[in-house]
Amino acid sequence: MAKLLGRSTYIFDRPPVIRSFAAAGGGKEGEGPLGERFDLLSPDNLYGADSWEQAEMKMQRLALKTALNKGGLRKGDLNILFAGDLLNQCTGSSYGLRPFMAPYLGVYGACSTMAETLLLASVFVDGGLAKAAGASTSSHFCSAERQYRYPLEYGSLRPPTAQWTATAAGAVILTAEGDCPRIEVRHACAGIIEDPGVKDANNMGAAMAPAAACLLRRYFRESATAPQDYSRIFTGDLGTVGSALLYQLLARDRLDISGMHDDCGLLLFDRARQDVHAGGSGAGCSAAVLCCHILPEMLAGRYEDVLFIATGALLSPTMVQQGESIPGIAHLVHFHLARSGKEGA
Amino acid sequence: MAFFQALIKAFLVGGALCAVGQALIDYTKLTPARILVSYVVAGVALGGSGVYQPLLDFAGAGASVPLTGFGALLARGVRQAVAEHGLTGVFSGGLTAAAAGVTAAVVFGLIAAVVFKPKSK
Amino acid sequence: MEKHMPKPDEYARMVKAASGRSKGWKNIPLAFLVGGAVCAAGEGLRQLYLSAGLSPDWAGAMVSVSLIAASALLTGLGVYDDIAKAGGAGALVPITGFANAVVSPALEFRPEGMVLGTGSRLFAIAGPVIAYGLAASWIYGFIFWLLNR
Repeated sequence: MAKLLGRSTYIFDRPPVIRSFAAAGGGKEGEGPLGERFDLLSPDNLYGADSWEQAEMKMQRLALKTALNKGGLRKGDLNILFAGDLLNQCTGSSYGLRPFMAPYLGVYGACSTMAETLLLASVFVDGGLAKAAGASTSSHFCSAERQYRYPLEYGSLRPPTAQWTATAAGAVILTAEGDCPRIEVRHACAGIIEDPGVKDANNMGAAMAPAAACLLRRYFRESATAPQDYSRIFTGDLGTVGSALLYQLLARDRLDISGMHDDCGLLLFDRARQDVHAGGSGAGCSAAVLCCHILPEMLAGRYEDVLFIATGALLSPTMVQQGESIPGIAHLVHFHLARSGKEGA
Repeated sequence: MAFFQALIKAFLVGGALCAVGQALIDYTKLTPARILVSYVVAGVALGGSGVYQPLLDFAGAGASVPLTGFGALLARGVRQAVAEHGLTGVFSGGLTAAAAGVTAAVVFGLIAAVVFKPKSK
Repeated sequence: MEKHMPKPDEYARMVKAASGRSKGWKNIPLAFLVGGAVCAAGEGLRQLYLSAGLSPDWAGAMVSVSLIAASALLTGLGVYDDIAKAGGAGALVPITGFANAVVSPALEFRPEGMVLGTGSRLFAIAGPVIAYGLAASWIYGFIFWLLNR
């Protein structure tokens, strides 16, 4: 069973193993720096479907199916499935994952969903409640635009602080056992909602940065670790504005992560070449960077200990119109590359 | 020659009205939707008070094509209708003047919805 | 918020500094050029209709209809949003922007049906312009009626 450290940091007794993972993406993602690492790409973003919602459902379904195949598992093997996305009623997950007929717990964490589902799946596997657990999420630029902003063909104006919702899905399968070298989930930390008073829905990086800063600071304290203990720290998706604010907020506590920090929103797209303003965002952004970059790089032996902090702006368009400020959230997962046999935790 | 002069006048006046809108977007907290509403309402006020007519005479489409021109058109329509029909004109004049533009937008919108699909981005 | 977090007003200043400024020096001239070009095209059409013998009122109405048709076509072809990306208010303020605001939701909500999707969402963006334009004209008309009774 996992042990509780401090307020909400969990250290896993029997660290869950990442059995397999897969990512699916759209056209812009395929043209981005990680384009070649995707398992599946749909250049027209439609995946052969008739609507953007159907496309997102299919994309997430294919990502999870591919992850199961890569792990040599059948859909009946999943003891539990945690999934969520950005759409109302979590359409992409609850409609898209129907065919798996797996025990399903839907979650909403906006763009933090990948870390949230990984955290929950890890707790289930470590606690012996699941031999195999799935964590999956998606976002689709076109379905998100029509729900949160404007019709695609409307000439809306994007300020430079706006972020680009990624068309991408990521799925990870966690199991209790696995062969070395393997990636284990060692720690996780559930974040607290931080609302710094940002009301601008076009500046979500600013709304999320305090949640990430508070979570990191608390995690280092509760786990008795320091930034130097990790080869890489990935936040998702603060973008340029949120990343700059994160450094400033952490500097107040004399924490400096700038040497080992990357942001998923800045890795998925090339800002100089692709018109994404402050960077990528969306639940699928950090999920795709996790499955296309972070986990493959770890398996290649380039990173030993990695912190994955997915951030979310829990905004509702209704509440933005009512003038309410945007709640920010972040959740953390600590991955460790176990090269051989039983290592000390 | 007069043709080109008319084009240049329209270009300058229309461009200036749009540049003001852009300055409002960039340097105030007003959202584009609020700016468009303000433009129409301002157009009604300017048209109604007679301030906009000289600009229409000078720049033609340069003053009628921006949304302030739409507002001025509403004001002129309601004024004519009140002059002809009295109080009922207060209710019919605005929509009558706007009829061609609104109907065109609706009909072409419906046609476009049948013919085209939004392009993925 | 924890002890080391800035107060909301201090954070607002940090956000402002980190967010950078809109490029007004670039956006405003572009809006001028694009908006001016749309209006000049409208004036060209107006002169054409006038020389074809239409009355000034008719010519004006036909200019609106022609520009709306052109905007609907460009919106359907997926070009108008690119023009707006460059031209900003230059593409929003002319009547072509109004047409784009009607046509784009008409396309977008087609999958939800011609009636409840396209039909009911048609004025989702342009509605306020019609609503407040008509309300303003009603107020003006009422004052005009009172003064001229």
